[in-house]
Amino acid sequence: MTMTYISHADLGGRDLPGRVVPEPEGELFHAGWEPRALALTLAMGATGSWNIDASRSARETLPDYLRLSYYEIWLAALEKLMAERGQLMPDELAAERMLHPAVPVRRVLQAPAVPATLAKGSPTARSIGAAPRFKPGDTVRTASGPFEHHSRLPGYARDRIGTVEQLHGAHVFADTNAQGLGEQPQHLYTVVFDGVALWGADAAPGLRVSIDAWESYLVPA
Amino acid sequence: MDLRVRALESVLTEKGYIDPAALDVLIDTYQTKVGPRNGARVVARAWVDASFNDWLMRDATAAIASLGYSGRQGEHMVAVANNGTQHNMVVCTLCSCYPWSVLGLPPSWYKSAPYRSRAVRDPRGVLAEFGVTLPEATTIRVWDSTAEVRYLVIPQRPAGTDGMSEQQLAALVTRDSMIGTGLARAPDAHRE
Repeated sequence: MTMTYISHADLGGRDLPGRVVPEPEGELFHAGWEPRALALTLAMGATGSWNIDASRSARETLPDYLRLSYYEIWLAALEKLMAERGQLMPDELAAERMLHPAVPVRRVLQAPAVPATLAKGSPTARSIGAAPRFKPGDTVRTASGPFEHHSRLPGYARDRIGTVEQLHGAHVFADTNAQGLGEQPQHLYTVVFDGVALWGADAAPGLRVSIDAWESYLVPA
Repeated sequence: MDLRVRALESVLTEKGYIDPAALDVLIDTYQTKVGPRNGARVVARAWVDASFNDWLMRDATAAIASLGYSGRQGEHMVAVANNGTQHNMVVCTLCSCYPWSVLGLPPSWYKSAPYRSRAVRDPRGVLAEFGVTLPEATTIRVWDSTAEVRYLVIPQRPAGTDGMSEQQLAALVTRDSMIGTGLARAPDAHRE
């Protein structure tokens, strides 16, 4: 089977070069364009043209993901999302002006509304009728994948046995939401794994790692 | 990149998708209002106020909102406290999920491939690069932020801080100590 959906962002446990370089607290940006790129991404997100899961999917499928800086990834994904919706075409970027009519957006974030919009955020908790299938202490096995779409079950935690630790109620399901298939909320759990269950016998002693997993990622074990 | 971003901003403005003044407010928010000093105030309050600490551990979203911090990328908060036996560290291996409402924008290393790949496998090796060595008996718990729950580490209160005010305590709480890649600073005996 040929995979048609490839995430380049699923990095947990991978053998990648480079050190972790600490950074002072006040150092937020490293180039003049970065704050504008951040703000453009947030402002376009606020138009309601796509959801956060679709935007994560647009970023993780960029073929040159690992070679780009983080704000370069954000910009490339922003341009891709807008091009897919006919909101902005590449020739307009080159010309630095509008060449095609605007596609109406649902909302435009105006400056006075910014503080309230940020303070409100976008909660993902939803009420659903179904009772949770698992309870704290239950042993579960995670799905093995592969997934032909955006997923939030990291590769290193697939087909692994862990323990349900905490219930978070039902949340918007990222996998369907990213594909435009709706929120389809499911119960969300913190599932904790022993290092050995993830990495084998040479795992760091005493290590435990948890993920937050939607119910459909889990089966009883 | 400068030109590309400028072109993008001018075309999006011309198309009526964005209000350029909103961009300025967004940037100012994360440069001057929403940052790790918010989280430091949460931690200092938890250190001095046992009932706040109980609330924080039970319902972090509400406890943190009571100090005025809520919203984007902090909608669903969980606080995890370090103690003598367990050290907590937070990562997002899939992108860069981070509790913006209490810590602001993530540092570059948090978004980098080395941190995201190694935090879940070799956290002690990562800690060493921050100059942090934990006792061998301490277990390490890594929280991979794979959904919309955001984690705030409550570092241990340093020794020798009895009698310090909440404000003085907050100054000891570093951003990295609230991610779990650092510890709260020891009080400086020569400086108030």
